[in-house]
Amino acid sequence: MAIRAMIEARNLTKYYGSFLAVEKVNFVIKKGEILGFLGPNGAGKTTTMRILTGFIPPTSGEALVAGYDLVGQSIEARAHIGYLPETVPLYTEMTVKEYLSFMGRLRGMKSGQVRERLGYVIEACRLEDYYDTFIGKLSKGFRQRVGIAQAIIHEPDVLILDEPTVGIDPIQVVETRQLIKDLAGGHTVILSTHILPEVSMLCDRVLIIHEGKIVAEDTPDDLGTKLAGVDRVEAEVEGPRSQILEVLKKIRGIIDVTSRPAGKNRNVYRIQAKQGLDLRPTISRTIVNNNWALLNIQLLSMSLEEIFLKLTTEEDLRT
Amino acid sequence: MRNTWLIAWKEIRVFFTSPMAYVVGFIFVGLTGYFFVRSVDSALSGPNFPEASLRHLFSQMSIFIIPWLAPVLTMRLLAEEQKIGTLELLLTAPVRDWEVVMGKFVASMTFFLGGLALTLWYVLMLSWRGNPDPGTLASGYLGIILYGSTAMAIGLLASSFTSNQIVSAVVSLGILVLLTFLEVGADQVGGVASTVVAQLGITTHFGDFVRGVIDSSNVVYYLSVTGVFLFLTVRNLETRRWR
Ligand SMILES: Nc1ncnc2c1ncn2[C@@H]1O[C@H](COP(=O)(O)OP(=O)(O)OP(=O)(O)O)[C@@H](O)[C@H]1O
Ligand SMILES: [Mg+2]
Repeated sequence: MAIRAMIEARNLTKYYGSFLAVEKVNFVIKKGEILGFLGPNGAGKTTTMRILTGFIPPTSGEALVAGYDLVGQSIEARAHIGYLPETVPLYTEMTVKEYLSFMGRLRGMKSGQVRERLGYVIEACRLEDYYDTFIGKLSKGFRQRVGIAQAIIHEPDVLILDEPTVGIDPIQVVETRQLIKDLAGGHTVILSTHILPEVSMLCDRVLIIHEGKIVAEDTPDDLGTKLAGVDRVEAEVEGPRSQILEVLKKIRGIIDVTSRPAGKNRNVYRIQAKQGLDLRPTISRTIVNNNWALLNIQLLSMSLEEIFLKLTTEEDLRT
Repeated sequence: MRNTWLIAWKEIRVFFTSPMAYVVGFIFVGLTGYFFVRSVDSALSGPNFPEASLRHLFSQMSIFIIPWLAPVLTMRLLAEEQKIGTLELLLTAPVRDWEVVMGKFVASMTFFLGGLALTLWYVLMLSWRGNPDPGTLASGYLGIILYGSTAMAIGLLASSFTSNQIVSAVVSLGILVLLTFLEVGADQVGGVASTVVAQLGITTHFGDFVRGVIDSSNVVYYLSVTGVFLFLTVRNLETRRWR
């Protein structure tokens, strides 16, 4: 038997009115895996997670958790999920202990089970000193911990965390990431973020979502090397292919050149260059100096790279 | 069912640790006390000899207390969950939408019955000085409980529509006042329409209970209106998901 898929999205599509927020999203998350859901603001992360938790139904497509369909067998599916919504909703007039007990009971635990489990959860989330504190009196970072604690209280198979480190100070960010890492072992985790390094720190695999579509899927390491520091230029040139290739490859800063035919004696050359160097002037001068005809040259606006850039700059702004 | 109690219990605990419970309780006791004293005070009751019953109290309660009490007791129940976002946790827990709504309803009825329990003091006073008819008292209490449950269901529906407690209270107050005046308003239209309008009025079905008559059609009216509003509340929660 294949390794069991704990979360599965099949062609998930969600319209808010006529606005398409998520479009044909497909992925499978295996048992024990930590998946990072990376995307800029408004990409559709929260929408996808709300579908996966059964809060909103997809317009079309299916979402399965632990093999249960979130529309057809919603209650069964939901019983396997621990969820931390983006807004970290808490009852401020309850104490930490009351709140966690209530959430545990709501997820089907018996009061004895809650009592046994509370100690572990309080310790894991380092809430020992705030056991009997009213949630309304806690700082943002501690509320975040309570939010995570309520997500794990019932030992769910699947943990769905929507931007678990947003809005807390850098020290608490580090602690929260460590907490998620510690928890990861037994659970299947999907966490959303718009912070690239967070994904590399925590996740086995990353999905990049942009404007409602999955634009990339990879391990964080591979994604990094594939994307970091590369600019792509496309040039259409009339002239002898092998000679042109040879000359282009000699230009300083160019990593790789590939070509595809584009008519009689014409080829389109895709040039990969180190990021930050705009090599278009050098390339065009080289081609003209060799008496070949430059028909067109452009910087490829690769959506993925742009997103990547956006994600990295957002992190720079934060720190 | 277990989830219903769980949610109700949470609401009850939160409510009784809030100042709201005591402010509302205070006003409730003050008003019912005033109505009670007036109804037994011979100097105030005119030529008629004061009677040992809670007739007046029940009637006054139905018109002057429940229309504001129900909105106040129910306004936060669903609106607050939407405002602070905890509805997302409730609706993603393995709990059915109707269990959530029933939990809230049970909580609101508990608040109401708690207040009503305080009026048993008046019964005690009546039995001390007079000889109240237990049957009439019982049917009066049954009537006011049914009346209250209808009002709570209306309040709950209003609370499910908004994340603003004030809006919720104003909307349910509006509906309750409208339903209260249907009986009076019915006189303005003539004929069959008058009867139909009057039958819809929330007060129309109350008189019999106060007089000690338990007519099953009145019971059915209150239960079905309560049921309809609770059902609409559940449906409204469901459609919120689809938006
Ligand atoms: N209830 C809603 N009604 C209408 N549009 C919505 C609703 N919720 C989200 N959207 C829109 O859908 C798109 C995707 O939103 P979503 O919240 O899923 O993004 P996100 O990836 O979580 O973004 P962020 O990083 O800002 O949290 C956005 O353009 C948003 O404006
Ligand atoms: Mg979001």
